[in-house]
Amino acid sequence: MTFDAQKVRADFPILEREVKGRRLVFLDSAASSQKPTSVLEAMSTYYETINANVHRGVYEIAEAATNAMEGARIRVGRFIGAPRPATEVIFTKNATESLNLVARSWGAANLGPGDAVLITQLEHHANIVPWFQLQAEKGFEIRWIPLTADAQLDLTDLPRLLDGVKVVALTAMSNVTGTLTPVREITAAAHDAGAIVVLDACQYVPHLPTDVANLGVDFAAFSGHKMLGPTGIGVLWGREELLDAMPPFLGGGGMILDVRLDGFTPAELPAKFEAGTPPIAETIGLHAAIDYLEGLGMEAVREHEVTLTAHAMRTLTERLGDKLTIHGPAEPAARGGVLSMAVDGIHPHDLSQVMDEHAVCVRPGHHCAKPLMKVLGVGATARASFYVYNDTDDVDALAEALADAASFFSF
Amino acid sequence: MPGLEDLYREIILDHYRNPRNRGELEVPPAHRAEGFNPLCGDEIVVFLDLDDAGTVTDIRIGGTGCSISQSSASMMSAAVKGKTVAEVEDLTKAFKAMMSVHESSLDAEGESGEEIPDEAALAAFEEVKLGDLEALRGVVKFPVRIKCATLAWNTLAQGISEAQESA
Repeated sequence: MTFDAQKVRADFPILEREVKGRRLVFLDSAASSQKPTSVLEAMSTYYETINANVHRGVYEIAEAATNAMEGARIRVGRFIGAPRPATEVIFTKNATESLNLVARSWGAANLGPGDAVLITQLEHHANIVPWFQLQAEKGFEIRWIPLTADAQLDLTDLPRLLDGVKVVALTAMSNVTGTLTPVREITAAAHDAGAIVVLDACQYVPHLPTDVANLGVDFAAFSGHKMLGPTGIGVLWGREELLDAMPPFLGGGGMILDVRLDGFTPAELPAKFEAGTPPIAETIGLHAAIDYLEGLGMEAVREHEVTLTAHAMRTLTERLGDKLTIHGPAEPAARGGVLSMAVDGIHPHDLSQVMDEHAVCVRPGHHCAKPLMKVLGVGATARASFYVYNDTDDVDALAEALADAASFFSF
Repeated sequence: MPGLEDLYREIILDHYRNPRNRGELEVPPAHRAEGFNPLCGDEIVVFLDLDDAGTVTDIRIGGTGCSISQSSASMMSAAVKGKTVAEVEDLTKAFKAMMSVHESSLDAEGESGEEIPDEAALAAFEEVKLGDLEALRGVVKFPVRIKCATLAWNTLAQGISEAQESA
């Protein structure tokens, strides 16, 4: 079955609108994706029919709300191949909170002087800064996995780098260069060295079939809003035995078994890590988003994006020639649908501004990956990213807008 | 709807292509200040010579950035050279008043309409001659870019205040 992007587009109301009198060309899904009608409807149906706080009330709609949220947990877990969805899937407000949870709970309990945390130079700040914050308190060492010239992980020195390491902070796919990393290989080496792997799967779970058990990692973090779901919902998956042994992160209602005058006893998983009223409607929206993605088939989604990325790399290179640099792996199959572009002599901010006149939405900036920017030798890039609703018309509009921007600033 | 010509005026592009006072000064005696735009990763370095009377005797600009931040830095360097710190402060206030958006325009519906410049803030400094810098007035219609235009000015203010503290 061929992937029908036209049919997909019709499910996304925002793509019907015009901007500046032109068709909206949305190429910023790596930052946040658009939402299909089914997600919007699932959330409003929740508010219109069963809105109530979860895990407390015994009345019918409160039970329905609880069931809907717990159903979403199971759905999320199955989608990513979690062996024990009911206990291993923790809902957070975003992937950043998920990664902070791991650092603040597992990290604080297990890291100290003499230990090391190994971070790849591809990482987003969300998988860097929490480790720096913890380092200030715990005094461990931070090391980096370097990159090759085409922004792939350089693993030549991995055995030496892993010596004494307790945590490997690893992205499954770069949000800047689209680089896919050898997660299984690194995880096997990390485990041999006695380290756990904390996977930033934000750009991976929305775009490729994911099986955390098969990847072998210990924790994986991702966000709902990058996978057709709403903002305000993130996921942390972790191996049950690790989560079980970890102290709670945030304290408050919902995460306790008992509170006394002399202290408290935390709740069982997953409640232990879900203090306060959770984002209930958002879990339901995420459930609907996963239903939508599975309806398309994640293999088909991946294939569509590889095809589109290959087409875009070819089209843009033909159109712009030597003036254009696309950072990262040259082979479309080695990357996700993320193109970080540079045009000689034109700042990404200016490029993107002119492209906005074409209603082409790309993102200029450092994409919260300043260490990677430094390695790439740039301050910023203009990034276009593809998803299920993008088609070759979008690529053509991107090429047209980029060529116009290049000529606007040519002097 | 604001168009690109409001943003990329010819004089701005000229300063971008041919930046004035580009380079470095020896530190010390010069003072060096660094400014970052956390949104886009742009970086401006201002080198500043102040004499005992508090006059900016020389200024150089380093760093990288977009056409708006670079041209603003270039125009700023030309405008403040030879001015006293007090004059520079007035100029900075006038420039930032031109770059400030009235809060009421943020309250409007989501559609990007006309941004309303803060007339009251502008009026307070209308006697200050902005010269070439007037060309940057259109930036206020592109609110995300305001930080690009003010980056050099904030860095200069930081440099002057550090220079005065160390004097």
